[in-house]
Amino acid sequence: MSHDKRTVEFYVLAAFFALFVLFLYGPLSAILILSFQGENGGLTFPLNGVSLHWFANLFERQAVGDFGGSFKRSFILGLMVMIVTVGVSLLAGLAFRQKFRGATALFYLAVASLVVPSIIISLGIGVVFQQIGFRPAWYTSAFGAHLTWTLPFGVLIMFAVFNRFSPAYEEAARDLGASSWQTFAHVVLPMIAPSLIGVGLFGFTLSYDEFARTLMTSGTFNTLPLEIYGMTTNVTTPVLYALGTVTTVFSFLVILLTLGAIVYVGRRRARI
Amino acid sequence: MTAVLERPGMIEAKPARRRRVSISAVVPYLQAAPLALILGAFLLLPILMIAVVSFWDYDFAAMYPDFLTINYADTLGSWVTWKTYLNTLKYAAIVWALTLFIGFWVAYFLAFHIRTTAMQMVLFLVCTVPFLTSNIIRMISWIPVLGRNGLVNSTLVEIGLIPKPIEWLLYSEFAVVLAMVHLYTLFMVTPIFNTLMRIDKSLIEAARDAGASGWQVLWNVVIPLAKPGMAIGTIFVVTLVMADFSTVQVMSGGQSASVALMMKNQMSLLQYPAAAANAVVLLVLVLLMVAGILRIVDIRKEL
Repeated sequence: MSHDKRTVEFYVLAAFFALFVLFLYGPLSAILILSFQGENGGLTFPLNGVSLHWFANLFERQAVGDFGGSFKRSFILGLMVMIVTVGVSLLAGLAFRQKFRGATALFYLAVASLVVPSIIISLGIGVVFQQIGFRPAWYTSAFGAHLTWTLPFGVLIMFAVFNRFSPAYEEAARDLGASSWQTFAHVVLPMIAPSLIGVGLFGFTLSYDEFARTLMTSGTFNTLPLEIYGMTTNVTTPVLYALGTVTTVFSFLVILLTLGAIVYVGRRRARI
Repeated sequence: MTAVLERPGMIEAKPARRRRVSISAVVPYLQAAPLALILGAFLLLPILMIAVVSFWDYDFAAMYPDFLTINYADTLGSWVTWKTYLNTLKYAAIVWALTLFIGFWVAYFLAFHIRTTAMQMVLFLVCTVPFLTSNIIRMISWIPVLGRNGLVNSTLVEIGLIPKPIEWLLYSEFAVVLAMVHLYTLFMVTPIFNTLMRIDKSLIEAARDAGASGWQVLWNVVIPLAKPGMAIGTIFVVTLVMADFSTVQVMSGGQSASVALMMKNQMSLLQYPAAAANAVVLLVLVLLMVAGILRIVDIRKEL
């Protein structure tokens, strides 16, 4: 509907879209501002002075739980999940390009992984570990639990990517005498690199923010989302907002870095 | 298509070296193996375990292997369970309707009213970024907005619209629905945007040339073609709401219930077999809903 003149419909929808963006970002900016609340300020506006008090508070162990430790665990877990998600999704994506027995079943298993309620997976893995006598830990049971959430996203993205991927490039490479490994490494991989980075971003952020699946599987030590979840019931100071601001800024940095990487890879490819 | 195009190479190799063919036939299985193993160990096995445990006996300390149906009888025979299921379904229906409405119009605006691809991507990213941040933080962020002395209440009181703060803005069913819409709308926007972007613009021109009005184009061309996207978005939103416990707990301040929250409470009391029976019922319900939606749409074709 590319008319030269903007219609009334455009302005109505543009206003609707603007409201939607405000709805998305408004509350988030409220806690961003309130995390700079003065020492005597409360959980709501107005600001009672401006201070970094609550950020300082964040690093005192007794004020909140173990912020540093839980952040470290969530970060490492996120990286582990990211690496495995990218690798396994890529392999599965390549597998789905060919016909093999059980392909449909495996595809629907991945879809099922997406629709099965998180808490059921959490409970199930918890009970399995208990029955075999393994002790649940964030790097074993929670790691597996997170993968059941990130892998379907990765697999579906790779599935979509390879659906649109023309085999002509590979055939051209093969005609020029490239081995199948060379074709993969020098032709296929550079072309799908931006999507792989996207899968990595999904893997990391979904794991970094996940807590329903971690609930029964994290073992003795909490991940960051569990720590925050615990705080919602017993912390009544703006330190909660300070924590929110710190983790949100961290998430934004990760997203920016990823987008930067995607643009960089795209540019480099264009140069070649 | 891929398979067809790759076949010539395989046929060529066949008479020459039989062994190479058999190796290349194994390749897809090797490539799919990690995914199958991980999902087998952390999805299938746990679900089977839940099904088994749901028939077990338990006391305050441990579970005992058995074959009892009492967990199911307790779950299904309780008035509270039915009420909780109804409440969860109510949330699912309301949130679904709202996210579908908002999601469709946002996606429609991005797909048909933004002229350059670059701008489309930028605006789409603007919508996406909050969804990659913590759900709990995004829930908490409503507290200073909706609270008794929050932004909305203090503004309304100040301009004299209401005499005293409205109590039901936070810690109420309203707050739960609002937060869920806030959390889950993107899951509707993305698949609908994806299908709308693939609509051939000449179809719309053709409808217009044939004399269709704007609404007729929308109703008879765009919406039918967007249905697969809506179906996928529906799967996401419905399953997320059906599985939700944290939003209900945090945003209702403990005044509302959902099935998953009921399960979580059973789990914290170590009543695993009871929680497992509940899990089986919930899982069957969710899978039936998804199967119903999948009859309308073939996901593999939509990717």
